[in-house]
Amino acid sequence: MAATPLLELSGINKSFGPVQVLHDVELSVYPGEVTALVGDNGAGKSTLVKCISGIYPIDSGTVTFDGKQVSVHSPRDASELGIEVVYQDLALCDNLDIVQNMFLGREKKRGIVLDEPTMEQLAGETLASLSVKTVKSLRQLVASLSGGQRQTVAIAKAVLWNSKVVILDEPTAALGVAQTAQVLELVRRLADNGLGVVLISHNMNDVFAVSDRIAALYLGRMAAQVKASDVTHAQVVELITGGRSGNLGLPPEKPTDFVEITPGAAQ
Amino acid sequence: MTTTTLETAGGVKVVKPTVASHIRDYWGRVRGGDLGSLPAVLGLVVLVLIFGTARSETFFSAGNFANLFNQAAGVTMIAMGLIFILLLGEIDLSAGFGAGVCGAVMAILLTEKGYSQPVSLAAALVTGMVMGTVLGLLVAKVGIPSFVVTLAAFLAFQGVLLNLLGEGKNISIPDGWIKSLNKDSLSVTWSWTLAIGAVLIFAAVQLMRYRGRAARGLVTDPMGIILLRIAGLAALLLTATAILTQERAINTAIASLKGVPIAAPVIGGFLVLWTFVLGRTTYGRHVYAVGGNAEAARRAGIPVDRIRISVFVIGSFMAAVGGVMLVSRAGSVDPNTGGSTILLSAVGAAVIGGTSLFGGKGKVIHAVIGGAVIAVIAVIDNGMFLMDFSSGIRYMFTGVILLIAAGVDALARRRSAASR
Repeated sequence: MAATPLLELSGINKSFGPVQVLHDVELSVYPGEVTALVGDNGAGKSTLVKCISGIYPIDSGTVTFDGKQVSVHSPRDASELGIEVVYQDLALCDNLDIVQNMFLGREKKRGIVLDEPTMEQLAGETLASLSVKTVKSLRQLVASLSGGQRQTVAIAKAVLWNSKVVILDEPTAALGVAQTAQVLELVRRLADNGLGVVLISHNMNDVFAVSDRIAALYLGRMAAQVKASDVTHAQVVELITGGRSGNLGLPPEKPTDFVEITPGAAQ
Repeated sequence: MTTTTLETAGGVKVVKPTVASHIRDYWGRVRGGDLGSLPAVLGLVVLVLIFGTARSETFFSAGNFANLFNQAAGVTMIAMGLIFILLLGEIDLSAGFGAGVCGAVMAILLTEKGYSQPVSLAAALVTGMVMGTVLGLLVAKVGIPSFVVTLAAFLAFQGVLLNLLGEGKNISIPDGWIKSLNKDSLSVTWSWTLAIGAVLIFAAVQLMRYRGRAARGLVTDPMGIILLRIAGLAALLLTATAILTQERAINTAIASLKGVPIAAPVIGGFLVLWTFVLGRTTYGRHVYAVGGNAEAARRAGIPVDRIRISVFVIGSFMAAVGGVMLVSRAGSVDPNTGGSTILLSAVGAAVIGGTSLFGGKGKVIHAVIGGAVIAVIAVIDNGMFLMDFSSGIRYMFTGVILLIAAGVDALARRRSAASR
């Protein structure tokens, strides 16, 4: 397994006005591995993802991608580096078909005319590389797909561009049992294809089913980043709810820590 | 049910389409409530059958058929522009009087200012684009709902039209090709050349696409469907041409009148142009995307504001073209040009044709099909069938027909929502 991380964040701080949402966050994403990002509501998972993808600027800290320090100012910068995010609401157009959605905003052209055959071919190859073997037609409207199939299209859209890191925001939240299994299988396959995958999830079963590493955020701090095989279910839950578990996680809280809860109080 | 699957690009298995599966799919979509233009086409057939049998000698005359094109041209042009605006879920209430203003600009330049015909026509079209740019900026950049912006513009343009013409004046345009546009007909030779040319080009495009896709190993429509499409278009165009090239002058001693009305190729030309833009260019794809899910489009890097402005420019440009056709048909412009029921007919044409008022769904052909329905109603209304009735009864009748058309659309949508 590769020892050098593909994407490495260190000392990331982010505040919205007086509220500091991320404190010195560290995160490493390795190629060929699924890193699960877990944390309770409001722990800062979404903010962290938006910082990585360039939607929010970071206040301080460094982002290293493929060994080089980079600065990401917009979603476009992120996708040029090869970082793609699949958001919870998928961002698909119901009135367009699978191929049209996968190439939305980056259509292939021949002269001024859309090059539909090339796009259809590339879309088909990408779906095949993800072992998606059966759809009724690549020209099916996305509106007519099931939840799991829509998720698959959204993920395929993200990997179409030779991306290196794919971040999935709660990909199984709205799915049934069978479809969840399908999507998790797909997530695993992305990593097996050599991508660095970040999986945000609330579901411990999902996390333990596919991830190699688990990163737990607690109140905007990275409580621990551990190998999935080294921890138990219960330990991860403790990390999420309390920030520490045994000798893992954040140092025990000192009485002074409680002052911080009041917004605007002296640090 | 047995289905054959085949592998397409990269080895994804898809269902191999056959003529039967095509028909089954279509029927499935219709039953699911995705009716497209079907209600409009059926409505057209029913209207023609009812009123045709009641007054067959006048209704089924070649003269009346030709008249339909001229009747429909103005409204259809405006409706084509509205399709772009409706695709984004916006509306343009000012298109009717916008057409009137552009028509008046052209008429004034032609007569009082003495400019040549091409210059006057260009000025009218540019006027339309400027109006559209202003509307689009107000909607996209300032953020006023399009209903309000264009309602204000509806009133303002009406005022501009009155001012341009002076109180109640009526300006007749001089003879020339602009006046011929929506009045005269092509020669018989040209009629046949254009009709046959159109069929051949359509066939060539269809077959080339088939071969291109087959060569790459992509799924193609079955050959039967492609031949059916070509044969259908050929039958439609050639029959229409055959009827229209009949003599339709009442007294041939005075003048001969035959050939396809010039309005028909004008409608056809814009139909092909805008269908190409919507279906085959990046711009068209982005219009559908913004109409379907503006947030997804924004995240995909599509300049949503610019798309929003551009559809209003196209909308007002087509309104200007519609204005030219209206002025050409009447031979003059007056303060009510583009007023009265023109706007509502145009919106009605688009919606009856199958375009959704809620954005994301629609094709340019819908304007033409809906325009034909509106024109048939107008022709019936103009006294063919209802000449013995009071205008009160006629308005009520027109209202009921429009309501039935809209009702079919609404019921279909409810059905499609239920089948999700």
